[in-house]
Amino acid sequence: MQTQPLIIANRHFHSRLLVGTGKFSSNEAMRDSLLASGCEIVTVALRRADLSGKKDPYANILDFIDPQRYLILPNTSGAMNATEAVRLAHLAAAAGLPKWVKLEIHPDPNYLLPDPIETLRAAETLVSEGFVVLPYINADPVLAKRLEEIGAATVMPLGSPIGSNRGLQTRDQLRIIIEQANIPVIVDAGIGAPSHAAEAIELGADAVLVNTAIATAADPIRMAHAFRLAVEAARMAYEAGLPTQSQFASPTSPLATFLNTLQAN
Amino acid sequence: MAFSEHFDQLLEKPSPRVQKFLQLLQPLENHQLQRLAAESAALTRRHFGKTMRLFAPLYLSNECINSCAYCGFSRENPIVRLTLKPQEVLAEARHLFAQGFRNLLLVSGEHPRYVSNGYIEECVRLVAAEVPSVSIEVAPMETEQYRPIVSAGAEGLVVYQETYHRPTYQSLHTAGPKKDFLWRLDCPERGHAAGFRRIGIGALFGLYDWRFEAHALAVHLDYLLKTCWRSFLTVSLPRLRPAAGGFHPPAPMNDRDYVQLLCALRITFPTVGIVLSTRESAALRDLVAPLGITLMSAGSHTEPGGYTGQGRNCLHYTIRGKIQASANDAASATEQFEINDNRSPEIVANRLRQLGLDPVWKDWDPAILGIAYAA
Repeated sequence: MQTQPLIIANRHFHSRLLVGTGKFSSNEAMRDSLLASGCEIVTVALRRADLSGKKDPYANILDFIDPQRYLILPNTSGAMNATEAVRLAHLAAAAGLPKWVKLEIHPDPNYLLPDPIETLRAAETLVSEGFVVLPYINADPVLAKRLEEIGAATVMPLGSPIGSNRGLQTRDQLRIIIEQANIPVIVDAGIGAPSHAAEAIELGADAVLVNTAIATAADPIRMAHAFRLAVEAARMAYEAGLPTQSQFASPTSPLATFLNTLQAN
Repeated sequence: MAFSEHFDQLLEKPSPRVQKFLQLLQPLENHQLQRLAAESAALTRRHFGKTMRLFAPLYLSNECINSCAYCGFSRENPIVRLTLKPQEVLAEARHLFAQGFRNLLLVSGEHPRYVSNGYIEECVRLVAAEVPSVSIEVAPMETEQYRPIVSAGAEGLVVYQETYHRPTYQSLHTAGPKKDFLWRLDCPERGHAAGFRRIGIGALFGLYDWRFEAHALAVHLDYLLKTCWRSFLTVSLPRLRPAAGGFHPPAPMNDRDYVQLLCALRITFPTVGIVLSTRESAALRDLVAPLGITLMSAGSHTEPGGYTGQGRNCLHYTIRGKIQASANDAASATEQFEINDNRSPEIVANRLRQLGLDPVWKDWDPAILGIAYAA
């Protein structure tokens, strides 16, 4: 049973699970997990890749990601300000990677929380240069709208800090972002279990990005598959129309039958 | 505001975070230590993944005008000395690059003539043009002196306090600029102001009671996390090794205490990097690598020219900072200390893979800073 495609910058994707490539025990484990996740978009930290074009065997992460199968989404992790992020995006494009960028600017190396001011600045520049920009942001609804206005392709608000596995701590803010967005909302960071991913999708997020929970699992391949199933199930439920939640039990059939009888009379 | 102004008070009245750390340093039963280690390992995987970053030290010079009782390079020691020329440094760097290293730490003694203005900067510029990540571990400087070194491509600064116990510090550092305890204490902040991305601190364990050093180190980390919030902090726990001068550590720390300290640091400071050098044995390194370590050296030499024999024709003896005689009969310059894990980088990397950890050689790209990169 098919669900609606995810559309980013006019490109269609069947999978609503994006996967990050850090923290795996080996490039082989990463490659096999990507396959098991069914994902079509893969993020890669540029600082770990070889951008010189010399095929550095000691920085060969890109050799394990098939560009025919996946859209490689370079991320600008390591950049502390807009200038550095823009520079990294240029470098990735020059190295032949797609002109898509996961804009990630976190000056704080401990919680890796994104800098909203620098992110907006960098997004403006990169959008004007024709990049498809997917900015990683705190769950700030106003910032999300500002980014949408300047032409960001998506917004990627965090559920909780990167690597924390704490789930959707920003749930209330995410609801507002999703309600107001005209562009896809991808919940990124903090998703520690398939149930967290499902919750984000059921809330109406268009997709989720997962890395730590898959990469650091005892069996990352099975965990990748588990996330795939959770995201697919949640999206199907979302499209099927999730029932609204209520405080009360609602004894549908007997009462309905009785009322219908009354109306018939 | 500087750390030196608050150090005594922060030691006396520990923050809640440091209090928690001190609890973890209490003597533990074996089963308690095992639980601590399991928690430490889990936190490390969560924050750093199943990875281990690798680096190598590259010694530029073992000339030194300081008199430090425990250090092989101490000016009193009649050792074979050498300062590599920048091109010789580059040759050493290329050798390490060929072995896989993409992260080098340039180390030097302190000498106003041999390791003088512009020398470090020039070495950094040459190496950073070919190696993605370059850090320095040299004598403390002023912020303004650091800036050109950062511009030349140095990404990290390492400076150990050696001992945080002031009376011990004064008794071990009897001559030379290093005598100034407080100036050294504020060095990480000056480095942060100059723009270093990574800042490494540490204490040399064995000089004074390890629990005191650990306490002070935690106080320093706690302070720096608030003050130098843009820098990625790392901490090192080097234990004294045999070296020229024959110094015997007055307060050695045993392996069990080392493991406890490592785990206590990880649990208290889950996002801080912890460094492990080749001072420790292969067996211990294999044991603690998964528990909390995030950055390891491998195949290290602690003498200038140690990897390729660069500068062999310039070896000489220096006593009290003055050249006494050439030492061309010597095979190499004298090392700072004996390393303990002699395995090659390749063997260490393979061992890490067996332990389920991905050895990461490259984790930085100088292009982020707009630095021309030729490799």
